[in-house]
Amino acid sequence: MASQPLPSGLEPAESLFAVPGLHCASCLAKIENGLVTTPGILSARVNMAARQVAVRHAPSLAPPDIQQAIQTLGFEAEPMAWDDGNVADREQRALIRALAVAGFAAMNIMLLSVSIWSGADGATRTMFHWLSALIALPTVAYAGQPFFRSAWAALRQRRTNMDVPISIGVLLTTAMSLYETITGGDHAWFDGAVMLLFFLLAGRALDAAMRGRARAGVAALLRQTAAGALVVNASGRSKWIAAGDLRPGMTMLVAAGERLAADGTVIEGESGLDVAFLTGESAPVPARAGDSVHAGALNVVAPLLVQVTASGPDTAIADIARLMEQAAQGKSRYVRMADQAARYYAPAVHLLAAVAFAGWLAAGAGVHQALLIAVAVLLITCPCALGLAVPAAQIVACGALMRRGVLVKDGSAMERLAEVNRAILDKTGTLTLGRPVPVDLSALGAEDRPVLLALARASRHPLSVALRQALEHEGVQPATLTGLHEVPGEGVFADHHGAPVSLGRPGKIVELCGMASAYRAGDRAVHLRFTDTLRPDARETVAALADLGLQPMIASGDRPEALEEIARATGVTTVGRLRPADKLALIERLKARGEKVLMVGDGLNDAPALAAGHASMAPASASDASQLTADMVFLGDRLAPVALAVRAARRTVRIVKQNFALAIGYNILAVPLAIAGKVTPLVAAIAMSTSSIIVVANALRLRNAAE
Amino acid sequence: MTGLTLLIPIALLLGLLGLGAFFWALRSGQFEDTDGAAMRILIDEED
Repeated sequence: MASQPLPSGLEPAESLFAVPGLHCASCLAKIENGLVTTPGILSARVNMAARQVAVRHAPSLAPPDIQQAIQTLGFEAEPMAWDDGNVADREQRALIRALAVAGFAAMNIMLLSVSIWSGADGATRTMFHWLSALIALPTVAYAGQPFFRSAWAALRQRRTNMDVPISIGVLLTTAMSLYETITGGDHAWFDGAVMLLFFLLAGRALDAAMRGRARAGVAALLRQTAAGALVVNASGRSKWIAAGDLRPGMTMLVAAGERLAADGTVIEGESGLDVAFLTGESAPVPARAGDSVHAGALNVVAPLLVQVTASGPDTAIADIARLMEQAAQGKSRYVRMADQAARYYAPAVHLLAAVAFAGWLAAGAGVHQALLIAVAVLLITCPCALGLAVPAAQIVACGALMRRGVLVKDGSAMERLAEVNRAILDKTGTLTLGRPVPVDLSALGAEDRPVLLALARASRHPLSVALRQALEHEGVQPATLTGLHEVPGEGVFADHHGAPVSLGRPGKIVELCGMASAYRAGDRAVHLRFTDTLRPDARETVAALADLGLQPMIASGDRPEALEEIARATGVTTVGRLRPADKLALIERLKARGEKVLMVGDGLNDAPALAAGHASMAPASASDASQLTADMVFLGDRLAPVALAVRAARRTVRIVKQNFALAIGYNILAVPLAIAGKVTPLVAAIAMSTSSIIVVANALRLRNAAE
Repeated sequence: MTGLTLLIPIALLLGLLGLGAFFWALRSGQFEDTDGAAMRILIDEED
């Protein structure tokens, strides 16, 4: 980590930035070493896994200045709010700590147990049992908490879940073993109880790690609403104020290239706003005095003075987020496969143990012996495969998908995706790229390209960004220009070897035919047209979805005429002129017919449909609301990940079912032994670890699920 | 038997030491950015 010494005794401030473009060691070095050369920045630390940069800087430096500094290094950056109270993160940490303790205890107790199994008896055995108890009791009390808490919560609501048999099994086994130890009995089951906790915690930790990684990936992609704004007070002085402290009535000065931190009304200035976060479409929307504007919009053309009308939780975007949450509640009622199995499994296991206990009592055995056998039954039937194999299969499959550019938000998404039998696709931004792409650059000479790239790089206007991406893709190196400056609303101007060059608004007539800009060098002018094109593999992917039996269908808000071309290209049914509520109704109608719909969309208008679909996917270029709502987010310009994810999900569910079959098969073999009273701690230890290893090994076959 | 009274506490102590080291590493944020740590090794330090 590169760092600079503190200047004077000032207390340094810290800011966090999302930098999605980070991908290699040299990016990391470039940012960390490059940022400290900016005066006021003390140190920068990159987190590659989360694609974030934490910057320590002098308090005089505002987040936009640092954002600018990162951008001059060649990376897009968005300020993020510090997020201290991350509950999921803390939960994952607690699980890992419990796993470490259980692992430590399991190893040590096993060491002692091996000596008992190899023949230690008398005083030595009693001492080893006591030592085992000494290690096991605190371990069960600490590492068992996640299960006990969840089981207690379920029981209080008069339900049962996976954790109920686990908790009863572990507690009963530990109590029985303690009794055996005190009375100097032959067998103690501490090793079994602790090993069980270890395997189950491994499953939980895997599950949490998967969700955590996907969440970090999505968070890095999300363009956050601005962290704050420059507020102008009555005397004309301006001050940076954090978004949370903005109040209605304040006047924000929003420079070109900045995002709005609150809802408001424009009082001065005329500009264009990029509201891609709402619509997914990047053509700027004009804004002039009197217009109301929303937090999160990117001001692309000229500075605006905006009077704040609502901030923080009162903004329109916060409202939308709440609506999304409500719409998604239906989905949260989905019962995961493991829990579905647990509904039958838990009562069956308890019944079996009770029957074994009663049976042995009736056959004339003592309470003590009958109880020991019941404990053996509980221990041997403990759902290792359900607790470990399902998350193991899911994390392996999600890892495979992540390498192919699909971020999966939670495990149940895989199960739901495997069940879908209909696919509805949005048009703009989903089948198409949703951003302008230059139509034809062949009118440009070889000498124009470097100049044009240098001009395009100087602006954040969507058309400039599109040009920059297209030219950089061709491997063009930017020319060196002098006097580079951007005139808001007009374009970028500079001198190239003494001749004036510019990239800007085309003449009035050309402007009429859609998105266009003009490149001028001297008195030559080249008009550049832009259009939104189909994703390169849209046709193949739609065909692949049809092959998978999903009956793809295109639902769009566009005019039916605009859809004709796409319908012909992909050969599927298209429905046009749909409002968000119509899309929702379409999905509800299909749902009522018992169909399970996969919704793929990107705009805010798709967000309710995404929430209502049985499973949903959104491209990374989608609006924030859609990315938050969708179960999976796919990166890049290709649509193929959609079909890929469906195939991977189906394979995953197949493997999970195999694991269930393996687990049940193992129980069919082991339970009669347990009921017959033949299961010693040694047999239990061997049976438990073998079954766990087998299901994990089976899950590992999913490594190439997304090939 | 006398050997055990010495060896078992030593074994447990060493195990606890390892557990303590893991907790310390977890607390000091060494697992925060596992991807970055792998890349940092490739950076040439100029100074």
